[in-house]
Amino acid sequence: MKIVTAASAGTVESSDIIVRIEPREEKGLEIHLTSSVMQQFGKKIEKVIRETLDGLGVENARVEAVDKGALDCTVRARTAAAAYRAAERTDYEWRTKE
Amino acid sequence: MKLRRSMMFVPGNNPGMIKDAGIYGADCIMFDLEDSVAITEKDTARFLVYNALTTIDYGGIELVVRINDLSSGLGIQDLEAIVRAQPDVIRLPKTENAQDVIDCEKEIERIEREAGIPVGKTRMMAAIESAEGVLNAHSIAKSSKRLIGIALGAEDYVTDLKTTRSDGTELFFARGMILNAARSAGIDALDTVYSDVNNEEGFIAEATLIKKMGFSGKSVINPRQIEPLHKVFMPSEKDLAKARAIMDAIKEANARGSGVASLKGKMIDRPVVLRAQYLLELAGMADYGKEG
Repeated sequence: MKIVTAASAGTVESSDIIVRIEPREEKGLEIHLTSSVMQQFGKKIEKVIRETLDGLGVENARVEAVDKGALDCTVRARTAAAAYRAAERTDYEWRTKE
Repeated sequence: MKLRRSMMFVPGNNPGMIKDAGIYGADCIMFDLEDSVAITEKDTARFLVYNALTTIDYGGIELVVRINDLSSGLGIQDLEAIVRAQPDVIRLPKTENAQDVIDCEKEIERIEREAGIPVGKTRMMAAIESAEGVLNAHSIAKSSKRLIGIALGAEDYVTDLKTTRSDGTELFFARGMILNAARSAGIDALDTVYSDVNNEEGFIAEATLIKKMGFSGKSVINPRQIEPLHKVFMPSEKDLAKARAIMDAIKEANARGSGVASLKGKMIDRPVVLRAQYLLELAGMADYGKEG
């Protein structure tokens, strides 16, 4: 999935995370995260963002995220929504729950 | 029998409320992708509800998702995501006629087949929110085996009638139609929301009215409304004692091999037994008299 524009999803409300994704000239994912629970969960949240983008085939992007204590499923939802918006695509792939 | 006294609305784009939705004791949680979600956030809400349904364990509470109506184009996109996330029930808004349910069911069935989900697993409910819908309540209620209930959506309905919400007079016909249509189809009848969350007295009065009428339950928009609502549906000790006595008499008659049971000299008819069973179910004692 190619990121073609800057887009975001989420809010700065408690239990949410706002994820902003924009194109990156260089290869790879550059993730900047600030979180109200940075000390305890910063690495975990960044891992969820990275895994979500890997799963969508996003190879090059700059990500800025501000977390307010979001659950992993919220991090995944906001990251995926921002990625589709930034890729200007709506051909969502929904996996069947196991 | 599945109790559906309270169906709690949870805005689909609010992670905090989605996270906590399971802790308030509601019989059903209804994640909303429709009116509580801004048109610019339909995609993000869909991602959020999909990810919650596929991740969070709500401990067996019945999970319902209110999708957007199919004519908006958003409803199909909602179904593509939500059917795969397998909530218990999809709630169709603004149901005008039986064809609306049939059209939605067709899409659900297609997605179930594509996703490898057993056909028929996804149940449905239909919200009736217009004069046309109310007049078609009977055929709507009988339009699909997937339907677990039909519900009144009063805000749009009163607007359609060119009136406003007041003391309930304006909803009397719609409630009567929806209730009788649902019962005739053997499914649940769910009442509309009571929007003034600070008016507990008004809420209890409305809950008491719809319970008396025969409704299965009511939509709630705030967790504070759940406990008073359940209290309204809780049978009195006196009624429960009578229900238990009826079930004891039935059990005793069965033990004697007699097909006729009586209590204090009065024969117990089938409707009396059914009412007693329903009261015990409301009190969480559905198995009373069945054991042993």
